[in-house]
Amino acid sequence: MIGVFSISPLIMAISLKIVQNIKSFLAEIGELSFFALRYFKELFTKPFEFKELLLQGYKMGNKSLLLVGVTGFILGLVFTLQSRPTLMEFGAESWMPSMVSISIVRELGPVIIALICAGKISSGIGAELGSMRVTEQIDAMEVSGTNPFKYLVVTRILAATLILPLLIIFGDAIALLGSALIENLKGDVSFQLYYNKVFNALKFSDLIPATVKSFFFGFAIGLVGCFKGYNCKKGTVGVGEASNSAVVYASMLLFIIDFIAVFISDIFFEI
Amino acid sequence: MENLNKIEPILKIQNLKKSFGDNHVLRGFNMNLYEAENLVLMGKSGSGKSVMIKCLVGLMQADSGSIEIMGKDITKLTQKEFNNLRTEIGFLFQGSALYDSMTVRENLEFPLRKFPEYASKSETLVLEALESVGLKSAIDLMPEELSGGMKRRIALARAIILRPKIIIYDEPTTGLDPITAKEIIQLMKGIQKRFKTSSLIITHDVDCARVISNRMILLIDGINYIEGTFKELSTSTDKKVQEFFK
Repeated sequence: MIGVFSISPLIMAISLKIVQNIKSFLAEIGELSFFALRYFKELFTKPFEFKELLLQGYKMGNKSLLLVGVTGFILGLVFTLQSRPTLMEFGAESWMPSMVSISIVRELGPVIIALICAGKISSGIGAELGSMRVTEQIDAMEVSGTNPFKYLVVTRILAATLILPLLIIFGDAIALLGSALIENLKGDVSFQLYYNKVFNALKFSDLIPATVKSFFFGFAIGLVGCFKGYNCKKGTVGVGEASNSAVVYASMLLFIIDFIAVFISDIFFEI
Repeated sequence: MENLNKIEPILKIQNLKKSFGDNHVLRGFNMNLYEAENLVLMGKSGSGKSVMIKCLVGLMQADSGSIEIMGKDITKLTQKEFNNLRTEIGFLFQGSALYDSMTVRENLEFPLRKFPEYASKSETLVLEALESVGLKSAIDLMPEELSGGMKRRIALARAIILRPKIIIYDEPTTGLDPITAKEIIQLMKGIQKRFKTSSLIITHDVDCARVISNRMILLIDGINYIEGTFKELSTSTDKKVQEFFK
């Protein structure tokens, strides 16, 4: 009896903590939803900050290009190298270009490039807006009569939404180049033959869902980064937290979006 | 004081209340700021000074009370009307709050971007504002290349670029060495003299208050505890008031 009585408060405390965590998580989801709603409301109202949109798009694209290129190249390279022995075992190495291209274009490319961009772009936005918040730069903007949400948030989310599909297409292309290189070196397959097989294997039903979901990936990356940075609290410690949690939340959201996208694609395109 | 009562204030705060849960920060604060005067607001940390100015510029919503700026009650204005009114108020932030990603020129041009009529003369306005603070040469520098005092001066130039009628200074000398602090105080005096602005200065710095104030208010326990000139307050026999001038 004594044991039961001594354990009960501990279980109660743990349960209470779990309930509190669930509550705060749900509250944050609610706040994020309101933040997203505000974005859509402000997106279609004047003034439109085209200059800032272009600047942010350029910064996100330009600064991520090398990272996406290297990641894509290694992805294609490693994927082909790892798959070769298995395909050779079944005498199916001629299927390599089709298998690699479909896997990369449909799933691996978008998800891995988006995850890389979540680390690069979302944390960057979180840290930038977070430090602007704690150093009163956002307040200064508001006091000067400029809507900081429109100037800082709308432009960044829209830029990420538009840039990510381009980065993913670029990453996919580099990944296929890496794969073609390995096939050329190890399997004596010419680049022309490799790309012929790739283009024969790929269909619009592979490209369209992947492209559509990459817009959503971009939106999620921009949204979470802005949400965490814009609502950053607790001084400089908060900036680190905003940047860190932006990556964690964005990555989690990417997988949820991917799951939904695959589910919907299955209905419309019969994967 | 009797004469002031006959003049219409440019800024009028009446019975302002703001609470955070059980913490009643402002408990009915009243204040008038008159044209071309320097009003110093002093109070201990956590006395509600920052909350009051945040309510004043619309960064925070008061629970009750009224704030009239140039005869307009800000609680009754639309966001657009309030944003237009905000251009009549310059704000010098405690940490300067310069935009990190922009050059000094871009920082100063930022408040002008709302006004297409300034597009052609933005260069002149930027140079004039920089000249007022004696930092014309810093025009193409980034904020990270500036010292604390220079940042404060640039922030002051940005605050005056639209020729506001009211300037709010939030701890203008905090974090600066005594010499730079004196320079900033002289600049504030010079700007007030040149542009005939009304200034609301929130400070802990008794020297700053002595040099610049026409009138002072002490904010204690969420209310305007006492009001008067620096001389009146510094010679007060009230213990709470004396604490500030020790």
